[in-house]
Amino acid sequence: MSDPVSDPPRVGFFTDTSLCIGCKACEVACKEWNRVPEDGLNFTGMSFDNSERLSADTWRHVAFIEQRKPVGGEFRWLMASDVCKHCTDAACLDVCPTGALFRTEFGTVVVQEDVCNGCGYCVPACPYGVIDKREDDGRVWKCTLCYDRLGAGMEPACAKACPTDSIQFGELEVLRERASGRVQQLQQAGVLDARLYGHDPDDGVGGDGAFFLLLDEPEVYGLPPDPVATTRDLPRMWRNAAIAAAGLLGAVGASFAGRR
Amino acid sequence: MSYYGRPVVKEPTWAALDIAGYLFLGGLAGASSTLAAGAELSGRPGLARPLKLGAVGAISLSLVALVHDLGRPARFLNMLRVFKPTSPMSVGVWLLSAYAPAAGAAALGELAQLGRARRLSRLGTAGAALLGPAVASYTGVLIANTATPAWHAGHREMPFVFVGSAASAAAGLGLLAAPLAENAPARRLAVIGAVAEISAVRLLERRVGIVAETYHRGRAGTLMRAAEALTVLGVAGAMRAGHRSRVAAAASGAALLAASACARFGIFEAGRASARDPRYTVAPQRERMRAERR
Repeated sequence: MSDPVSDPPRVGFFTDTSLCIGCKACEVACKEWNRVPEDGLNFTGMSFDNSERLSADTWRHVAFIEQRKPVGGEFRWLMASDVCKHCTDAACLDVCPTGALFRTEFGTVVVQEDVCNGCGYCVPACPYGVIDKREDDGRVWKCTLCYDRLGAGMEPACAKACPTDSIQFGELEVLRERASGRVQQLQQAGVLDARLYGHDPDDGVGGDGAFFLLLDEPEVYGLPPDPVATTRDLPRMWRNAAIAAAGLLGAVGASFAGRR
Repeated sequence: MSYYGRPVVKEPTWAALDIAGYLFLGGLAGASSTLAAGAELSGRPGLARPLKLGAVGAISLSLVALVHDLGRPARFLNMLRVFKPTSPMSVGVWLLSAYAPAAGAAALGELAQLGRARRLSRLGTAGAALLGPAVASYTGVLIANTATPAWHAGHREMPFVFVGSAASAAAGLGLLAAPLAENAPARRLAVIGAVAEISAVRLLERRVGIVAETYHRGRAGTLMRAAEALTVLGVAGAMRAGHRSRVAAAASGAALLAASACARFGIFEAGRASARDPRYTVAPQRERMRAERR
């Protein structure tokens, strides 16, 4: 249980994709620090992106999008390092039946690998498609926001390795302020596509602990435009399930009315 | 618009045979227990017996399937560390922990003629009859409380689809195994269940928008069409000849059981297909955003 009095402030990532140069140092640093297994030596042929998506074995994923848009030159590259969003209302955490997924004192969402029994419910629950099952291991894995490093007062490996400060780690409140300043600055400089994603505490997941500055619509980067933690609809779903169950009881009762 | 056509959400990692199989067997068990209690109360032992044995068989197979689907089956008991109303799976595990022993006790009375066991069996019959409908309906919430587009979009209707399907499956088992003189309640339940299921599915398909395509196309489409055809066939057979022909009653019952299984596997496959195509994640969200802006 998080304790607002004694706990450290909530931390997160602000990933400013306008600064990303696609070097993938974040992917490598994450893998090395967290000892994440190899995720397939694929050659996708679609872009410089060969890790394809976030998965059990890819906790940072750099997306590459090539667009024919006259911005300075003939076309532009969009590059963005994606990561677990550490949602305020985390669907994965809500549906976990073992309590393996929990909220840390830093406000992040982490899987306890010694508790997870691989039921897989969090996998379709995540509205961002982040958490996934490691097939040969049977359990689910995702970004821990380097829980072990945070405990030792260090920043997460990806943010540490990022050479352009595209990945910024810090107190969420501070990051949100900095991000709104940055988006204004870009807008004033004529980058009208610049927008924040996941920064709003009133969105469908209560705001992301890891949010982004994007230069195009979220779906261009493979992100959902309006993600919702479906647990929000759960009271209504439980009510309907109760009505349906009562209906079944009634239907069986009715089947015994009348002649033999 | 998407990122190279890649999915946005993850497809469930669940195996169809385990989890769609459980959706079918759990529903069959739950509704069978309720129908069995009615049969016992109304003096139809020939109907009660196969239903009770069927329920305990189906729920036992379900538990095997559920444990088998875990990435770490040996850690099954970790499910009992916590009770979380926000997790339909947690609620379901506790529900099954109460229901399965009750269904077992109910069946015990059919197998053993023991003095003391009689009371236990009656208690089990009553308990399983009351918990059965919850076992049949909660699974609708289980799959709807995900980001899987075809499942969550249908979250209002899913519990009704599932109890309808469960009712016709239990009726099917009754028709298949009970003597003709005692199968009247099963015939009536078959009609109610079929009407409930077909209308709930229709309503769901109308309300989910573009995602409805996933229920009509590919393997899901084939299974959903087969489910409806078999349901109609089973109900028609039961109504016309279920009271006078043993063969007709059994065939109708088998058709209803098969229909319920097809519906569960069809819904499961629709969910998978909807997760694979980013369009089904993005388009409804864009639609919602437009509607909210208006």
